[in-house]
Amino acid sequence: MQADAKGVLTGVHFLDGDHACCEGTLAAGARFAAGYPITPSTEVVERFAQRIPTVGGVFIQMEDELAASIAIQGAVWGGAKAFTVTSGPGFSLMMEHIGYAAMTETPCVFVNVQRGGPSTGLPTLPAQADMMQAKWGSHGDYGIVALCPNSPQECFDLTITGFNIAEEFRVPVLMMLDECVGHMTEKVVIPEAEQLEITPRRYTKLPPEEFRLYEPREDMVPDMVRAGAGYRFHVTGLTHDERGYPSMNVETQDRSVRRLVDKLKPFSNGRALFETEDLEDAQVVVVSYGITSRVAQRAIQLARAQGIKAGKFRIISAWPFPDQAIDALAGRVKAFVVPELNLGQMVHEVARVAAGRAKVIPVTHAGGTVHNPEVILNAIVEAAR
Amino acid sequence: MNEATLETPFEMPADAQNPVEPFLRMDRMPHIWCPGCGIGTTVNCFTRALLDSKADLDKVAVVSGIGCTGRVAGYANLDSFHTTHGRAIPFATGLKLANPELQVVVYSGDGDLFAIGGNHFIHAARRNMDLKVICVNNLTYAMTGGQTGPATPSHVISATSPYGVFEPSFNLVQLAEAAGAAYVARWTTYHVKQLARSMEEVMKKKGFCFIEVISPCPTLYQRRNKMGDGLDTMKFYKQMSKTRNGAPTSECALTKAGEIVVGKFVDRDRPGYFEMMSAQMHETLGDRYASPEVMCSEC
Amino acid sequence: MQRMLSEIRIAGFGGQGVILAAVVIGKAEAIFHGGYACMTQSFGPEARGGSSSAQVILSSEPILYPYVARADVLVVMSQEAYRKFGPQLKPGGILITEQDLVHVDEAPRGVRLYGVPATRLAEELGRKMVLNIVMVGFFGAVTGLLEADALRQAVADSVPPAFQKLNLQAFDKGYEYGSQLMVKLTDVEEAVSLESA
Repeated sequence: MQADAKGVLTGVHFLDGDHACCEGTLAAGARFAAGYPITPSTEVVERFAQRIPTVGGVFIQMEDELAASIAIQGAVWGGAKAFTVTSGPGFSLMMEHIGYAAMTETPCVFVNVQRGGPSTGLPTLPAQADMMQAKWGSHGDYGIVALCPNSPQECFDLTITGFNIAEEFRVPVLMMLDECVGHMTEKVVIPEAEQLEITPRRYTKLPPEEFRLYEPREDMVPDMVRAGAGYRFHVTGLTHDERGYPSMNVETQDRSVRRLVDKLKPFSNGRALFETEDLEDAQVVVVSYGITSRVAQRAIQLARAQGIKAGKFRIISAWPFPDQAIDALAGRVKAFVVPELNLGQMVHEVARVAAGRAKVIPVTHAGGTVHNPEVILNAIVEAAR
Repeated sequence: MNEATLETPFEMPADAQNPVEPFLRMDRMPHIWCPGCGIGTTVNCFTRALLDSKADLDKVAVVSGIGCTGRVAGYANLDSFHTTHGRAIPFATGLKLANPELQVVVYSGDGDLFAIGGNHFIHAARRNMDLKVICVNNLTYAMTGGQTGPATPSHVISATSPYGVFEPSFNLVQLAEAAGAAYVARWTTYHVKQLARSMEEVMKKKGFCFIEVISPCPTLYQRRNKMGDGLDTMKFYKQMSKTRNGAPTSECALTKAGEIVVGKFVDRDRPGYFEMMSAQMHETLGDRYASPEVMCSEC
Repeated sequence: MQRMLSEIRIAGFGGQGVILAAVVIGKAEAIFHGGYACMTQSFGPEARGGSSSAQVILSSEPILYPYVARADVLVVMSQEAYRKFGPQLKPGGILITEQDLVHVDEAPRGVRLYGVPATRLAEELGRKMVLNIVMVGFFGAVTGLLEADALRQAVADSVPPAFQKLNLQAFDKGYEYGSQLMVKLTDVEEAVSLESA
C-alpha cells in the first residue's frame, strides 16, 4: 500500500535526525503519538505536535513515560498507528510496556535517542549504551526488533521500515538512535507518497464467531482487530491462549513465549538489515552501528590506505542479532573489531556468533562524544597483526 | 420469603438464562473471586446499567489494571483490556483518543488506581478525559494478600501493617472532585440499585466520571479486622451508610468503623479534552486544522 | 564544483542566531549546491551560560566524522567564543570576527583574519537580530566556499516569509562588505608585491 499523502512532506530538506524521524512516523501513517519531555529526543514529538493538527491526528503529552508508553498501545487497539519517544531514564521507565507490547503483540514503535548513562548521566551527549537494555530490559523472554539509523536520512527511511515491521510481525519496534544522529542536521530527501511502501495493519477477515486473537498464521503472526468492530476480544498481559484468555499453565507458557521469540527468527537470517563494504578480501571486519559506523568507516579508509585489508559490516537491524551474516564471516576472517559507545554490549553478540573462530576485539567508549577514528584504526592495525 | 413461593417451588425452565449472561464471557466461568467478595456484585450492577442505558455493546470497551478488580475486563463480554499495574487510565486515554466513538470504562481497584496509578488518575481528571472510572474500593491490596493501600483507613490491621495502619488514607471522592472530575459518586455493594443507576448515568455523561464502590474483601480485610463475613459486611454497610447526595466531598472521608457517606456528590459540565483541543486548534489554525482521523486504513 | 572537506565552526552568544547561520551555510551546500553538509549544534554544559556554538562540515563526498576537530573557518561573534575556539583553528585557516565584539590582539600565525561590524550593519537595517545573516553574507564573500546564489537561496529558505526581504538585505549587506574588503586587500597585496618588486 502506498503512503497517505497527507503525512508525507515531499521535498528536499535540511533536517536533524529527530525531526526526520518524526517525518518518518507521519509518512508511515502514524496519527497518534504520546510523549513526555526528555533530552535529547523531545524534538521528535515537538515536531509531531506542530505537524499533526494539519495532517489530522492527535498528540498528547502524558504525565510520565509510563503513561506515554501505554497510551500508544491503547491507541493501537483503537485502530491507530502510534509511537512514543524517549531517552535515558525515560527508556528505563518504559521497559514494562515494551514487555506488554511484546506479550500482547501490539504493533507500535518506541524511539529511543540514546544519551550517556547510567541514571541521569549525560542528557545532551551521545552514547549507545542502551543496546542490551533494548533486548533484555523488560522482564521475561520476549522478542523485539531494534533498528539503528546512522544519518537523518535513515532516521526518516528506517522509521517507515520500523512501522512496517511492527505491522507485519505484530511486534514493538525500537528505533535506537543516538544523540549524535538525532541532533545532526543533513540533507533529507522525502519522496512522493506513491513511492513509499507502507504495510497496512493485517486485520482479520474472519467473522467474530470464528476469529481468535492469538491464532497464528503460517508465519507465526496472528491477525489484528480493533476495538469497536464487533469482535468483543480480550487482551491481557497474562500468559494467554489463542483466544486471548488467561491460561497459566506450563504448556501455554512454552507455546506462546517461544512463538513470541521465534516469529522474529527471519531477522537473524534473511530479513536482517545490514550494510557491507570491502568484505571480499577483508581480514579484519569492523562491526558497528549508528553514528559509530560512520566514524568506523573513516578508520577503515585509513587502514586501507596503509594496506590493511579491512572491511565494513554495519548493523542496521541490531535485534534480533544478524547471526547468519556474522556467522558466514567468522569462518573466513581473522578478526572482528567492534567499536561502540558503551563499555561492550553488541560485541558480546559478535563473540557469541564467532564462537572462537575469529578474534573479537571491542573498542569501548563511555560516551559523551564519538570515537576518535585513530583509536579504531589502532585496533584494526592490532587485529591485522 | 412469602408463602406462595413455598407452595409452588420455583422450577428453572430448561432454556433459562441469567440476564447477565450476554454481558459475560460464560466460557470463562467460574470466576476467581472469593465467596462474599463484592466485585461480582458490582459487575452485576454494571451489566444492569449497560442494559438500561441501551448502549451499543460493540462500542463499549472495558480497561482494567492489575488486581482482583483488574480481572473484570477478562469476564466482560466486550472489547476488554487487562493492562499493566496502575496504567489502565493512560491505556484508556489512548484508546479513547484513537477511537472516540467508543465508550471507555476503566474498571479497577483502589490500589491500582490510586497508588501505582494515582498520577494518571489526577491527570485524566484534570484533562476531563471522557472516561468512566469505576473503582471497587475494598480498602486493601487483595490479589497480593491484603497489604495496606492508599485507601486503607487508619488503625486497620493488614499484612504489611500488622500493628495497625498509622498513615492517613486518601478520600477518593474528594481527590476526584479536586482533580476536576465531572461526575463523582460513592456507593457500597449494599446499594445495588443506586450503584446501577449511577453507572447508567455515567454511560450517558460526557467527561471524566468517577464512581467509588465500597466493597468487602472478607478473605483478607474483614477477617483480619474481625469484621465478620460477607453478610456481616452487608449489615455493616446498611447500618453505617448515610445517603447524602450533593454532600461536600471533604466531609466524606472514610474511617475504619465510622459512617459511610454515600450518594452522588458532583455532577457538573466541563468542556472535555476533545472539545478543548478542537476549540484551541480552530482558534489558532482556522481552516488549516484537520479533524483527527486517527485510525489507520485497512488493507 | 569539487571541494575538499571544509570544517567550519560558528560561535557566539545565545540569541545571536549562531545556529541559524550554521543551518544556512549547511543548507546552501547540501540543497542548493548539491554537495554534502553535516551540521551539529554543541549541546552540553558549554551550551549553557549564554554561549552558543555550531559546527558545519562541507564536502563533495558523504561526511563520515560528524564533528569539527580543527576548523578551517572559525566565525566568532563573542570574545568568549574566540578565547575558547581560537586555538582550534587550523594553521592557514580563516578567522572571521564580529569586529566590534571580538578583539584580536594578534591573529595566530598563518591565519587570515577578516572582521566585520555585523551588529552595526544589522542595526542600519533596523533590526539587530539579523546580524547572523550579515555574518553569513560576509562569510560567503571572504571564504569563497559557497556561491552567493546558493547562500541567498538558503537564507530565503530558512526564514519565515515575513522576514525574507529583511534577511536577504542583511545577506547582501554582509556580502557586499566582504567583497569590498577583499578588493581592498587585493589592492594592498598588489601594492605590497609591487613595492617588493
